[in-house]
Order: sequence, then C-alpha cells, then structure tokens
Amino acid sequence: MIDAGIIDGFLGAAVRIATPLLLAALGEMLSERGGVINLGVEGAMLTGALAAAIGASAGGTWTGLAASVVAGLLLASIFALAAIGARADQIIAGTATTLLAVGVTGAVYQAAFGSAGAGLTLPTLGASPIPGLAKVPLAGPALFNQPVTTYIALLAVPLCWWFLFRTRTGLALRAVGESPEHARAAGVPVRRLQFAATLTGGAFAGLAGGTLVLAQVGTFAERMTAGRGFIAIAIVVLGRWHPVGVLAASLLFGAATALQFVFQAMGLAVPYQLFLMLPYVLTLLLLAGLVGGVKAPAALGRPAD
Amino acid sequence: MTGAPLLQLRDIHKRFGTVQALTGAGLVARAGEVHALLGENGAGKTTLMHVASGMFAPDSGKILVDGSPRRLRSPRDARTAGIGLVHQHFTSIPALTVAENVALFAGWHVRPRELVARVTALTERLNLPLDPGARAGSLPVALLQRLEIVKALAGDARVLLLDEPTGVLAPSEAEELLARARAFAEAGGAVVLITHKLDEALRGADRVTVLRRGLVVMDGPVAGLGARDLTQAMIGDATLLEEPSPAAFLIEDAERRVHVAGLEVARESGLGMAVKQASLGIRAGEIVTVAGIEGSGQRELLRAIAGVLPVFRGTREVSRPLAFVPEDRTTEGLIPDLSVTENVVLGLGRSASWVRRGRLDWRAARGRTAAMIEEFGVRTSGPDARAASLSGGNQQKLVIARALEREPNVIIAENPTRGLDVQAARAVHDRIRDAAARGVAVLLYSSDLDEVMMLGQRIVVMTRGTLREARPGSSRTEIGSMMLGGAA
Amino acid sequence: MRADSRVAGILLPVASLGAGLAVLAIFFTLSGYDPAAALGAMFRGAFGSWYAFSSGTLVRAVPLMLIALGFTLGLRAGVLNIGGEGQFYLGAIAATWIGLKLGSWPGVIAIPVMLAVAFVAGAAWVAVPAWLRLRFGVLEVISTLLLNFVAETLVSFMVQGPLQESQHIYPQSDQLPTAVRLPVLPGTRLHLGIVLALSCCVLAWYVFRRTMIGFELRAVGRGPRAARVTGGLRVERIGAGALLVSGALAGLAGGVEVGGVSYALYPNLSPGYGFTAIAVALLARQSPVGIVVSAILFGALEAGAGAMQRDAGVPPVAVYVAEAVTILAVLLADAVSSRRRDVVSA
Repeated sequence: MIDAGIIDGFLGAAVRIATPLLLAALGEMLSERGGVINLGVEGAMLTGALAAAIGASAGGTWTGLAASVVAGLLLASIFALAAIGARADQIIAGTATTLLAVGVTGAVYQAAFGSAGAGLTLPTLGASPIPGLAKVPLAGPALFNQPVTTYIALLAVPLCWWFLFRTRTGLALRAVGESPEHARAAGVPVRRLQFAATLTGGAFAGLAGGTLVLAQVGTFAERMTAGRGFIAIAIVVLGRWHPVGVLAASLLFGAATALQFVFQAMGLAVPYQLFLMLPYVLTLLLLAGLVGGVKAPAALGRPAD
Repeated sequence: MTGAPLLQLRDIHKRFGTVQALTGAGLVARAGEVHALLGENGAGKTTLMHVASGMFAPDSGKILVDGSPRRLRSPRDARTAGIGLVHQHFTSIPALTVAENVALFAGWHVRPRELVARVTALTERLNLPLDPGARAGSLPVALLQRLEIVKALAGDARVLLLDEPTGVLAPSEAEELLARARAFAEAGGAVVLITHKLDEALRGADRVTVLRRGLVVMDGPVAGLGARDLTQAMIGDATLLEEPSPAAFLIEDAERRVHVAGLEVARESGLGMAVKQASLGIRAGEIVTVAGIEGSGQRELLRAIAGVLPVFRGTREVSRPLAFVPEDRTTEGLIPDLSVTENVVLGLGRSASWVRRGRLDWRAARGRTAAMIEEFGVRTSGPDARAASLSGGNQQKLVIARALEREPNVIIAENPTRGLDVQAARAVHDRIRDAAARGVAVLLYSSDLDEVMMLGQRIVVMTRGTLREARPGSSRTEIGSMMLGGAA
Repeated sequence: MRADSRVAGILLPVASLGAGLAVLAIFFTLSGYDPAAALGAMFRGAFGSWYAFSSGTLVRAVPLMLIALGFTLGLRAGVLNIGGEGQFYLGAIAATWIGLKLGSWPGVIAIPVMLAVAFVAGAAWVAVPAWLRLRFGVLEVISTLLLNFVAETLVSFMVQGPLQESQHIYPQSDQLPTAVRLPVLPGTRLHLGIVLALSCCVLAWYVFRRTMIGFELRAVGRGPRAARVTGGLRVERIGAGALLVSGALAGLAGGVEVGGVSYALYPNLSPGYGFTAIAVALLARQSPVGIVVSAILFGALEAGAGAMQRDAGVPPVAVYVAEAVTILAVLLADAVSSRRRDVVSA
C-alpha cells in the first residue's frame, strides 16, 4: 500500500537528490550556452565535495559551502585555461581535469583524514522548513521543507532565465555559443565571456559537490560523485539548454533515484543494482527519445578564434 | 559635390603574419558622396574596411572622424563614432531573432516589448521592413541583407560601408540597393561602396579609390574614367579580362553525357522541394552555365546531378567518370590539415592508379601529385605541404587539377572562381574551356552573372526551384529578369 | 609526416611525462610525503628487476595498449569513445561466463573462443552509443561515458548473482579452469596477451599507413564534409565502424585480463585502465608505435604505484595526478603548436 507518508517522503527525497544535479546542470548550461562543453564538471563537483568536507570540519557548514564554491572555481579555471585560453580540445581537456580531480581528491583526502576516514562525520545542513508553506499538502514537504541549498538551487533557476533572456550580457553569451565569429563582429568580448561562463559553471558545480556532502550524504568518500557531473551534462541536453527544462530534467532524475526508497518502503525485493543503473539508463533513453530536433548552441565544442 | 570629410583613413599599414595586407592605404569619405573602393579579390579592400569599422587596429596610420583623430578599439567604438559596416558575409546569428540580432549589434537592452517596438520603429524609418520576431535563420537572402543594413544603421550611422553588397542579388535588386545608397548619401551621409565590379563603380559612385595588393594606385573622381582605366589600375593588365566569347558548339553528333528528366530534389533542411521538375540534357563538349539568385535551387540541382544529394523523384543519367568541384573549397573540396598528396588521394578514391586491392602506394601517389602541381602551376612547397598553406587561388587550381586527373566525362562546378583574383580566375576559365574543347560536358553555376554569360554556350536560369533555358543570345537584362521570375 | 614533427612527436610526450612527474613530486612535498623516496620506490617497482618489469610493468601495459589502440582508432575517425572502462568490463564478464563453460575444451580452441567472445562483447556494449549516434545524433562522448557506470554496476550484479562463486560467500566468480588460462612466460606472470597486444599495434600501424581504409579513417576524422562531398565516403558508417572496433578492442582487453591475470571476475578488476588508456593514447599522438612505448611508461607508473604505497605510504590514486597533468601538458603543447602554424600560414 502506498500511503501519503511514503509519497511525501518520496517527493522530498526526489527534490533533495535532484538539488546537486540541478546546481551542476545550471552551471554547465551557462558554460555550454557560451559554446564550451566542460566534462570537468564531474571533477569540479568532486573537488567541491572534498573542500566542503574539509571546510566543514574546520569551521562549520557555511565555511564548507564557501570552500566548495572556491574549489569548483579553481578546478574549472584549469579547464578554462586549457580549453579556452589555449584552445585545446574541450572534451579531452575536460576529461583530463576530471582525472586530475580524482587523483588530487583521493590523495588529499587520505592525507587530511587518514586512511581511517570512513568514520568521518560532518555537521550537516538540516531541513529549514519555510513556515506556512511547508504545511501545504504534497508540494509543501517536497519543496519547502528542504535544506537551504535546495532553496538556493531553486532560486537559481529564474535567475539564470532572467540572465540569459533579459540581459544584454546573456544575449551576448548566447550569441557566442551560436557563432563566436559573428559575435566578435558585433563587438562582443568572446573569450572573456566564455571564461566567465565556464568559471561560473565551475562554482555551481563546486557548490553542487558541497551540497552532496553537507545536505545529502553527510560524509565524504572517494569518487563519491559517481558520475553525477556527467549526468548533469546529459540533463543540460535533456533540458534543451533552458533553465526550466534543466529544472524538469533534474527533478526527473531525482525522482528516478528516489524510487528505490519507495520500493524499499513497500517491501519489494528488487536488486539494488537496478536502481544504481536506472539514472544512467534513463538518461540514455531520454537522450535518444528527445534529442531529435533539439538544437544545441551551434558552436558548442568548437574553440573560438 | 564635395561635403565635409566624415571619415578619413590615412596611411594605414596592416600585416597578418607574413602577409602585408595594407601598405599606406587610405581614403576620404565625404558627406553627400558615394565613394567606390575598387580592387580585385585579395587587394585589401575588406581589410581596410575592417580597420575602419573597428574590427582590428591598424599597425600604423590615422583614423579621423569629423576631422578629429579617433582610436577605434572595437566595433562598438566604430558604432559610437557613427560608422556602420554592412559585411560581405552576413553576420546575423541564425538562432536569434531579428530583434535580438539588432540588439546584439547595436548594444540595445533586451526588454522584449520595448525592443520590438524600437526595432519596428527603426525598420520603418529606414523603409526596410522586417519582422522583429522572425528567426534570422529562416530569412531568405535578400531579407538577410536587409537585416545587415538595419544592424549597420541602428546606431545612427553617418558613414555607411557596404562590403560587396550586390554579390548575392539579382541585377534589379542590385540596382535598388545602389539607389538606396545614393539616397543615404543625398541625405547627408557618406557611403563607401566596396566592390570588384567596374560597372558598379562607374555607374554608382562619385569618386573611386583603387587598391592593388594593399596599395592605393588611383584616387579621384569617377567622371571621365572608363572601364579600361579602372581595369588597368586594378590588375595592371587589361587584357586579362578580355576572354574569348563562348565558342559555337562544334562537335557533331556529340553523345549525351547528362540527362535529367522531371528531377525533384528536396531541400537539405527537409522542408519542401528545392528543385521542381527540372529537365536538362548536356552533350559532350558543351558548357552549360546556370544563373540564379542564391537559394533558387541551383545548388541542389547541381549536387543532385553530381550524386552528392539524393534525388527525390525523376530520372538522372550521368556518364561517369564525373568530377564535382564544390563551392566551399576549404570545407568540402579539401581537407586543410591534410597534405596536398592526401587531398589528391581523397579526390581520386579507390579507382586511382595507386590503389591496388585496398593497399595504397604513397610513393606513386606523391609522384603523380608532384607532376600535377607542375602541370597546373600550383604554387606550393611540394606534395607534402599542408593544403591550408596554399593560397585560395592555388587551392582552387589544385581542386581543378584533381578533378581533371580523373579524366571525367562530366564536370560539375559551383562558383569555381569565388574569392580568386583575376589571374587565377582566368586560369580556371581557360582550363574549363580546354576541357570542353576536348569533349568534357560542363555544368557550372556562378553567382556572378558576368561569369555565367561569359562562359556559357547555353544558359539556364533557376527561379524558385524551376529550371528554364534562356533563348540563345539573351541579354544580361533579359536573364536578370528571368532570375526574378520574369518571362523567358 | 614531416621529419621535424616526428622528433617533436617524441620529445613532446617525454617532456609532458616529465612535467607530470615533476608536478607529482611537488604534490608529494606539499602533502607531506617524501618525494625522493616515493619516486624512487616507484622506479624500483617498475624497472628494478626483470620480474618487476615483466610481471609488473608489462602485464599492466597490455590492457592499456589494447584500449588505447581502440581509443586512437576512434579518434582517427573523429569519434570519441571514452567508454573503454565499461567495454573492458563487458569483455571481462563475457569472457568469464564463457570461460567457465569451456573447461573441458582444449586450450588451443578454448582460448581463442573466449577472447573472441570478449571482443564481440566489447563491440556490443559500444553498439548502443554507436546506434544512438547514427540514428539520433547523440554525442558518443556522453553515451559511452554513462555506460561505464552501468557496466560497473553490472559487474557487481553478476558477481553477486549469476556468476557468483559456488560457495556464495564472496562477490566474485569462480576461478577460471586451467584450459582457458593464457599461457605464461616461465618465471614471470607475463602472459600471451602481450603478444596479442603487440600484434594489434603492428596491424594498426599497417592499416593506418598502407591501406585505403586507414586513410579514409583519417579523412573522415579531419574533414568529414570534404570526405563525403569530394571523397564520396560514407562518413557515418565509417565512424560507426570505428566506434565498434574501438569498443571491441577494449572488450578484448577485459577478456585478456581475466584470462591472463585475474583468472576470475570481481568488482574493481580494472584500476581505471579505461581512463589511463586515454592518457596513453594522447601521449602517443595517434601513433601505434607510440602507443607501445606510452603504454609501457604508464604501466610502469601503475606498477610503481603499488611499490610507492608499500614503501613510502603514498596512496596509489595519486598516480592519476601525474596522468592528468601529462594529458594537460600534451593538450597545451598541441594547442600552442597548431596556433603557431595557423598564424604562419594566414
């Protein structure tokens, strides 16, 4: 039997799980709108996660979150220097950046917390219910009884929309992603914008990692992002590079992953690996099903001169 | 009719790598005047205009706006200074709307309702109506050019730079454009008309500056000058432009090499038919040229006949071997990163003499390539040079050499002299005529109506997907009118 | 291939690897490890003795060679298959499954069958991304990447389920019967896979340099539009074919690893071979000969990492840092040199 409690729990879990994906995807969307595909988002997320763990054990949750943003920014700058500055192949530069992050985080984690770090406990961000709204049936617990980071993520959606479609800089960024040469003819500082967008993406990804650690899992483990950064890239495609689409796709993923709790609560015995695979398989299915007719920014992946 | 000098370019030098594009070039654009900037492809006209519009800074020289020196650090600076450039190759971004494109180029705010109102007001004031909400990618060529002009004038420009604006237009549309330019000048602005077409300069301009290899070789009023004077200034040898008129068709009982009937070809975007019920026959030794404004289906027609695009309906019989010379040599004709030899190998495929049972004999390929380079006068350091290191003219010579190496029965070419200087273009024309004289059937499209008329023994016109053959001896005006859908 | 670029082709990767090691040394110092001790231990673990070289370095070089070759093949044709890790695992799963069934067959037949199955399994795993690319234009970079995670989970599922060892205690498969185990060089743990890997590299060199299909791959990768319009090549098919073979090679690597090293299937069978192979391929600049050298170098890094952990207490995952820096260095060098070339020819 599925009762209201399970549904509430499911919806709440869906939103909570979706939050890091949403943050990373919004950031990646900005970068890709400028024509730069950043596979280093996975690495930025992982680095942000570790930075959050270190920051939180040193100075509490807010220090941890701030550290995660900075860490993501730093990692993205390595990628940006290679891909935008030196015009190296974006895919390979991004993969290399993620590899770098895996190595650095693994080694630093062991150095900082010792090999017995499995027992690491961190201060976490509990839910901050919004008075009044949190009592609304269905949507209440799902949307308004979440940690602060979820609210940040949800607010970022209309902010990104407004930036992209209502400001001159956003228009310029979109132009760069479509055709850097024409944008330059219009006087747009192409590389500067690409740098800015990609670094912002990195900051978002770092924050996503921080959210993962401090508002979801509660600890750090090596390679804990497990491909979430790459899923974020797929979410950007599914969401058609539009903030609202990205929100929808992220929630879809959160729901798919949260499904396992529903099954557990209902007492159904399904091998857990199925749920582990579900997000990835779902992504592939959706990419195939929905990609037809989708227009990516025309100059995505191409180095601007 | 001399007004105040609105824009002065003095002693401009500009170098790109090892190439000196401009040496002490300059001109003065005066209010009320249409000033032609004449020169063949590669002379430096566009470079000079890019300097004038802030795209790049000159290595040395002065720019004066309204008599005072200005440094133009970016296109925005130029715009603020009242200089508007209409680019030769359109700079609108297809995925953005008309209004967004204008906002981007003019630096306007993006609040939608205000923006649409502002753009509508602008287009109405300029008498160049456009739908602000239309995606630039969906606009036909003539409207795209309109958008270019609107973008250039959005910033209250007083100096209008038009870079080769008539290349994509039918003759009467070109006339209309020149008339607008004249109107702009009469309203107090200055117009600089960049062109390589003599008659435009002679008819449409008050003054002319001629550039040759980055240097100013002539500057003065148009009155009293003739075509020969200008040609002499442009290329130094007027005779290069005097080509033999198309030979009368000589080969008796020549066999049919190309036969299409009821041909229908879908647009590459998939929406609708680009070619509707086209029928055409070409015999050995004939040169058939195709006239048409861009987007009339000539590209699809040629490509379908060449086998590059699929045929939707109708019959297509082409006598092989066939050689196809695509318009865009750097993305479709050659692979710039690969060597000259590799490009030859690409073009000749598995039927080449150096391929045996899937194995490639590079030494044979290189040897034959070296011979081809020699024979066709392709200037390059050798068969191993990267194709990107060749100049445009030499790249095209290579493409033609490779096409002829196949000993084709049919040659199909798109704009084979685009971007080439007069000498290189002449060389290409000679090769084509030679090939035809030896019995090759040639089907050729050019956006330059003069070239179409000069080369074609028979001329066909494409209008909105429909193919019609022009009567023998049709004049330029008649063909121009056919291009726009008028009677044959 | 100009002569001077060949010299650069060797100097550059070596310099990049040097840069990678230098950064690693700095990283060690900053993290509190003794760089001299760590790097020394690494060197000994990789080259210190014949046994270390054959059974440490070369054994690890084998899967790297195969996967890197696959990646290079794809890259040559313009397709980016970064799913080597997942295809490796599928090959391992398939090899284990069939290997357990072939115990009574003579090795001469059983081994090729097992390896062939692994080869096909790798191709099958990449067939989905290949089809998604062909039919829907889905970026193979994303699809191959995502399938890595699915493959890892699949391994976990298999060894806790259908392929679990008979006692049902540990999450691993039964040991493979001796018939399907690859013959080994006496006195070492170096198995037949090295012969296979080297042969594949030689074959690739021949195909790239001397055959029409090898040239067509390059044309498709460097200029797909020209390849189609001028060369009349079926670009999409060639790309899909390259993708399939690249996946098959990675699958083969998985089969070889199971049949020659681990003799069983378990999670984390691969210490990230799929990703390290990307570094190997990039360092080798698309040259099959370079892949052999590069794979040995990286095999040395991995073999040395184990020794580094034992003797200097450094976590082996730090080797990823060296690898990634190497990739970045090669990328930068490539980007800088091509920019210089563009300026000259403008």
